Amino acid sequence: MELSCKHVWARISEYIDQSVPAEVREDIERHLEHCEICSAVLDSTRNILVLTADNRTFELPVGFSKRLHERLEKELGSEEEEAKK
Amino acid sequence: MTAAGTTGALEDRNEAELIERILRGEKELFHELIRPYEKMLYLTAISIVKNETDAEECAQNAVVNAYRNLAKFRGDSKFSTWLVTIVVNEGRQKLRKAKRVKEESLDEAIEGEEGEFTPAQLTDWREIPSEALERRELRETLQKAVADLPDIYRQVFTLRDLQEMNVRDTSAALGVSENIVKVRLHRARMMLQKRLAPYLKKATAPERKGFWGRMLWS
Repeated sequence: MELSCKHVWARISEYIDQSVPAEVREDIERHLEHCEICSAVLDSTRNILVLTADNRTFELPVGFSKRLHERLEKELGSEEEEAKK
Repeated sequence: MTAAGTTGALEDRNEAELIERILRGEKELFHELIRPYEKMLYLTAISIVKNETDAEECAQNAVVNAYRNLAKFRGDSKFSTWLVTIVVNEGRQKLRKAKRVKEESLDEAIEGEEGEFTPAQLTDWREIPSEALERRELRETLQKAVADLPDIYRQVFTLRDLQEMNVRDTSAALGVSENIVKVRLHRARMMLQKRLAPYLKKATAPERKGFWGRMLWS
């Protein structure tokens, strides 16, 4: 089936996740072969997803881990106190 | 990538073993159990409460609650999914307390709009390599774009794309249908593409070689 650009955009996310049915996938790929706009939309979306998901993009606040484990340690300790009573 | 996404069968087995030992009294091992999920806890919390201080508090409360309720974890879901569900609830409680929670009807209104979810139309795309993330300006641009997504889209995007949770687990953690997860993820991705692609393209235009190091990002 001949797909319009709009149909391809509507399926981009599923296409990236490889969750489109095989026949739709083939239609999309045929469309991408001759449509430079949809190819650029797909490439840019993928690129942006790789960049946002990179470990460097979102970092933990400084000291987060230390404070988290200190709070946990307090919880574990207070339980011990309870047990002693 | 994040630990949640790469947890394989071996890790699941080790985790089950750790949990058993903790429940039998080696409670200090709980530190080890949650260590791979610190970032997941924080990112999930901040996707809901939207500020660092509250997100950190939610993450800490979630860890304490998870410890107190560990005996209730049945192992029919993954430990990571169980933990995410707890931090999602912490975040939502915090919002309710601050009375910042939006009516679901407002969310539905956003859900109904179609026009916003068309991508930016470019004719070519030059790949931006991951090394470009060494530049703080790029990281901040990406962070801001994600932070500015409407709440319902940011939450799904955070679990699915930043933490690589699958559709089923995301649906369980957020308490929405799998179809809603797919629709919201698609829209979140399109909104990010629409906002970021033209900007990034301009910043990396070939006639301005070396631009990353100067002008726009300086």
